[in-house]
Amino acid sequence: MKVTVIGGGVAGIQTALALKGLGLKPVIIEKEDTLGGKLRGWHKLFPTMTPVGEVLEPLLRELREQNIPIMASTEVLGIETDGVITSHGKVESRATVVCSGFDLFDATLKEEYGYGIYDNVITSADLERMMNNGKVALVDGTQPRRIAFLHCVGSRDEKVQQRHCSKVCCVTGVKQAIEMRRWFPQSEIYNFYMDIRMFGSGYEEMYRSAQQEHGIQFIRGRISEAAPVPGGKVQIKAEDTLIGRPLKMTVDMLILLIGMTAGCSNSHWAECAGLEQSDSHFMRPLNVFEGNVRSALPNVFYAGTVTAPKTIGESLNEANAVAFRVAEYLKGL
Amino acid sequence: MIDFGFGVNTARAINMDTNDLDTAREIFDRLPDLQTCIACGSCTATCTAGAITSFNFRKVHTLVRRGEYGEAYAEMSKCMLCGKCRLVCPRGINTRGVVMLIKKKLGDY
Amino acid sequence: MQKRHSWKEFQKEIADDHYFYVRSCIRQNFFPGSEQAFLNIMRNDLGKDVFEDPRHTSCTGIGYHSDIVPLETIMTVVARQFALMTEAGYENLTSSCITSFGIYTEILETWREFPETLERTRESLYKATGRTFEIPKNVSHNSDVIFHNREQIAAQAKLKLVNALTGEPLRVVEHIGCHYAKIFPSKGIGGSEFPYVLAGMIESWGGEVVDYPERRHCCGFGFRNYLVQANRGYSVANSRKKFESMAPYKPDFIVCNCPGCTMFLDKWQYTLAEMEGATYGADNRGIPVLTYEEMAGLVLGYDPWALGMQMHQVDVEPLLDKMGVDYDPSSKYLGKKGKFIGAPSKAAVNSSTADKYYRIKR
Repeated sequence: MKVTVIGGGVAGIQTALALKGLGLKPVIIEKEDTLGGKLRGWHKLFPTMTPVGEVLEPLLRELREQNIPIMASTEVLGIETDGVITSHGKVESRATVVCSGFDLFDATLKEEYGYGIYDNVITSADLERMMNNGKVALVDGTQPRRIAFLHCVGSRDEKVQQRHCSKVCCVTGVKQAIEMRRWFPQSEIYNFYMDIRMFGSGYEEMYRSAQQEHGIQFIRGRISEAAPVPGGKVQIKAEDTLIGRPLKMTVDMLILLIGMTAGCSNSHWAECAGLEQSDSHFMRPLNVFEGNVRSALPNVFYAGTVTAPKTIGESLNEANAVAFRVAEYLKGL
Repeated sequence: MIDFGFGVNTARAINMDTNDLDTAREIFDRLPDLQTCIACGSCTATCTAGAITSFNFRKVHTLVRRGEYGEAYAEMSKCMLCGKCRLVCPRGINTRGVVMLIKKKLGDY
Repeated sequence: MQKRHSWKEFQKEIADDHYFYVRSCIRQNFFPGSEQAFLNIMRNDLGKDVFEDPRHTSCTGIGYHSDIVPLETIMTVVARQFALMTEAGYENLTSSCITSFGIYTEILETWREFPETLERTRESLYKATGRTFEIPKNVSHNSDVIFHNREQIAAQAKLKLVNALTGEPLRVVEHIGCHYAKIFPSKGIGGSEFPYVLAGMIESWGGEVVDYPERRHCCGFGFRNYLVQANRGYSVANSRKKFESMAPYKPDFIVCNCPGCTMFLDKWQYTLAEMEGATYGADNRGIPVLTYEEMAGLVLGYDPWALGMQMHQVDVEPLLDKMGVDYDPSSKYLGKKGKFIGAPSKAAVNSSTADKYYRIKR
């Protein structure tokens, strides 16, 4: 039986593979011209520093070997009970799994940090791209001597309508700080955080090693503003809340750990299929226990970051879980 | 110079551009464990000296790590070296060692 | 600074003509020519209709921010200004003062969100004065209006914000009053982080905007802080933080759109020079501080002494010379009909005093 999978990121790919493994006929609809989603362009994965290719390539290879049909460069216009309306016509199916993922927070909305205005203010995604390209440097090509990371940019922030915790940025900040230490052994590296949330296996250990072995300094306080200093540097202000005094410093590079925001297509899903969104505009699953991959509609399912920020591992797990739920549903028809 | 009947307030911010961070670096190069402090405050909660004076071990070593050395020697001198803080530290930091090292490095500050 | 583009997203509607004008309480003392310059520029250079009712009063914002005037009272005073505007048949209010602009904006928002407070204010005003009023269609600050007309002023310019000798753009520090956009970012051109209202004028008139680390920092005015002598160190310290931060960029002048900021960035340079011997401009002198009307006036070829620039604490002559302004240095302290208006004693902030060169007439 035919099942449409909306989105060809890791969650969508694994969902399709798992559905196929259960004898169903998945078809992946992807709006971009290539699969892989946000993972493409990322460099290494926490907490093991695994190169992205080691996760993504086998998935793509498997997809090819299984001959799973892919409709790339295709927009989904509507979700119906008997299929999905796309920019290339109707795809008939008995069930739909929405794996449309998340969007990266647009750091220009936090104007006070000057992203897009000050040269050496970059985002965590920019840094991954730089590392992928094999060159991490300031705009003038020189090496940074003092680097600051700012956690929670576009997370836990009502000013930009992002109340939720994006979950993965804390450990990404720790991972990237360690990577920067390897790039620039002589540099000073500071991570400005509000809370450090090391929820996964191996994360706390990585945090500790960042402090102890890599000499990363963690300062508890949110940067309130960044301002330009001659020579392309930026001055940042924060409170060292564990001391209770304001703190300022000039850094060569400021890296904003941008959060995960709800995918821009979520409101469209809500509108066209009558699905519900949560406060932060992620899709609301039926419930967060045994119904976490189901929607309020019996034929529409979710996997991955369409419902909340998640790690790669969690998204892959949900993909396997959703295949099981879909099969269960189709058997009952 | 004219006396206008008021003074100009001095800046309170910790200035990481002008503070001497070398001594701080020497301290945590010797005792990298200190960097793993997660500011839980159990050392201060249990501190014999902190129970009767304003001594706050967690805050003083954080100030030292930011290059704020004023008072640190005098503050650390309040420590009775009982070692209870080391027993309670969840990160296993050699807190008595930190006290002695800060006093040694900052004695002449 | 050329990369700051967010101002395009923070646009507000600025009325094009027929303004009801309300003044600031303190500007006429500290920068006495600026408000008249605004009226002259609007009426004579731009051909706009600006009406002023001599019966309008202080908005009482200073009293309000110093905990002397209660909210109900200031709402009624503001309502009275609106009543005068309604009676005169105007709908577009434009305010000379940033604090007043903040007050008007905040009160209108309060009335919008809590309509019962509007009804109570209407009642209070009617009981006290028998007046009624309409809500203004448009509220702007005078700097918004000048910004709105900046290209026309550029077209009529006699001078540019350019060093007349080198042809280099003048380096200008712009300072925006906190109550312009920090309360309601959407009510300020460019928002609160990258306000463009003064930067836009500077760029249109040939100058170069200096972005420096403490650009967004408050001047330290703070109402109750400077009102109490013993607390003035708060205010001076904040201004000093800004001066220290901008000095390395060697600005040719500072321009502000708030009465308090203009006053303090000018006067506190004198205070700091006398208290600490510190000056922040070239040649151990201060950095001239201008109002945006003075800046516009110089660009349009107004005489600096007619603009009231002799009343500044920091001498403006170095800037006038740099710009190539045609003026008579010796008549600095000659008022109307050549009458000597008095001259200040020498101050450390102007250590190379102008009269050394200019044989100032008495």
